Amino acid sequence: MALEDPKEKWSSAVATVRIGATAAEGGTRSREVVLGGETTLPFLHFEGASPNMPVVAMEVLDCPPRDWPEALLKPFEDVIGDPAAWAAKCVKDYGAEMICLRLEGTHPDSGDKSPDEAAKAVKAVLEAVDVPLMIWGCDVDDKDNMVLPACSQAAAGEKCLLGTAKEDNYRTLTAACLADKHALIAESPLDINIAKQVNILVSEAGLPLDRVVMYPTTGGLGYGIEYAYSIQERGRLAALTGDKMMSPPVVCQVGQEAWRAKEAKATAEEAPQWGPPDQRGPAWEAMTATALLQAGADLLIMRHPSAVAWVRKVAEELSRAA
Amino acid sequence: MIVIGERINGMFKAVGQAIQDRDKAVIQDLAQRQLAEGANMLDINVGTATADPAGGMRWLVESVREVTDVPLSIDNPNLPTMKAGLEACSGRKMINSTIGSDAALDTFLALAKEHNAMIVCLCIDDKGVPVDVDGRLEIAMRVLAKAMEHDVPIEDVYIDPIVLPVKADQTGPGKVLESIKQFTMLSDPAPHIVVGLSNLSQGSVDRKLINRTFLTMAIGVGLDAAILDPLDTELMDAMIAAEMLMNRTIYSDSFLRAYRQK
Repeated sequence: MALEDPKEKWSSAVATVRIGATAAEGGTRSREVVLGGETTLPFLHFEGASPNMPVVAMEVLDCPPRDWPEALLKPFEDVIGDPAAWAAKCVKDYGAEMICLRLEGTHPDSGDKSPDEAAKAVKAVLEAVDVPLMIWGCDVDDKDNMVLPACSQAAAGEKCLLGTAKEDNYRTLTAACLADKHALIAESPLDINIAKQVNILVSEAGLPLDRVVMYPTTGGLGYGIEYAYSIQERGRLAALTGDKMMSPPVVCQVGQEAWRAKEAKATAEEAPQWGPPDQRGPAWEAMTATALLQAGADLLIMRHPSAVAWVRKVAEELSRAA
Repeated sequence: MIVIGERINGMFKAVGQAIQDRDKAVIQDLAQRQLAEGANMLDINVGTATADPAGGMRWLVESVREVTDVPLSIDNPNLPTMKAGLEACSGRKMINSTIGSDAALDTFLALAKEHNAMIVCLCIDDKGVPVDVDGRLEIAMRVLAKAMEHDVPIEDVYIDPIVLPVKADQTGPGKVLESIKQFTMLSDPAPHIVVGLSNLSQGSVDRKLINRTFLTMAIGVGLDAAILDPLDTELMDAMIAAEMLMNRTIYSDSFLRAYRQK
């Protein structure tokens, strides 16, 4: 007798968010990336649909990184300090399907670049590559409120993904995204109640939920990934059972969290027993990413090209229907 | 929580009049207002407003279907009127209701199978409403066994433990709560459990307070559907809060608003 798969019946779906405007939509991207749309938990092909593969965005900084270890700097050594060239290298050499421009250089302690300089970097990256773009501020609210509207305007009509909006600082960025037709990242501090609240606030401010991506905060492997995992999983279960306010797809800061761990960044001299850093670091980043894929992540921001390649392979294999 | 809006009922004066006058606007407005306040299904009860209940039911169903495609609960005890309602109803529908005697279950479950309809089964049999919890459980078990026999999925079966006016029997509500708790353990997945809430406060004063207090208590023991008045804002707020307190929905500071944005 054939044994039937035990299938759950889900009543709703993850929202579908499209990033990147092609010429047909008045933008200059060669293609869009589509996030979300799942009608089941990750990779359960027998139960429902996952119409869009998880997307990896490669992280590019607008200044030389302060705390990246040697193993992570090496693949980018000829382009560091030039975000346009860095982005182009990610696309041409490492096959990036999306770029995340991190405006680290606008941080008051890390260069304090002006909104104008940031907007120029955005324009330069948009010219250098034709993949969809994500623009992430420096996470200092006051500075982001000046910088991000300028960047939003510089990228108007390109349907970028801008972040981040928080519970007590969402109005400025939401207004900018509405005006310049971008999508928005809604951030919450590893707290599912606040995650839902931020989504409600930005949607009440007029931004439709198909232009929102949730960033519930990411914990690195070995450093709190369990919390991130269980929050993402609970949010996804709510989305699939009809909680519209939890329906936006989820983005994870994989590179940032993974490379914070000493297991990823320790040098060969510091930890000879752990193996060569140029393999160990990317492995740590890839492991972090694959765990988060299982929690339902739709968009991963990553750093090392080898880790990106591994994760893409894993995602492809898991996405292939049995 | 599955909210079945109770307002389209010929026993209400305005609805009865609208049925007699064939005034669609009144019915469609009631349908849309209940949906806006959070109803997931709409109960359609022709009551005693017309000498031709089957024709009245058909007209009601068609009028409501013009403005919404949510499931409609065809609420009538008589087979010809029930059939008229089911036939007139495109899309998803619910038979509301059958009693839990063998013969009635055979008839109505076959009808549910034929129309791919959900079905409310009352804990009443030929002897009436059981006086205790065990009697209700016995009927509920019979309902589930019969549903399997007729190949009606358990997900489509709604068991109603029968809420009687508290004024008539003050021990009743406690028995209903205990029954609900036990119904949740009858099968896996558990059947849906539904009550006709307003009956509880028939003849009492402070009806709304009685209704919403009992609803939150029933949600606490596993009730997952109710036929109620979604236009009663305090009732809906209490229901939304109870579901949140039971961890069935995710809390946010705007949880009341969020529910209504569904």
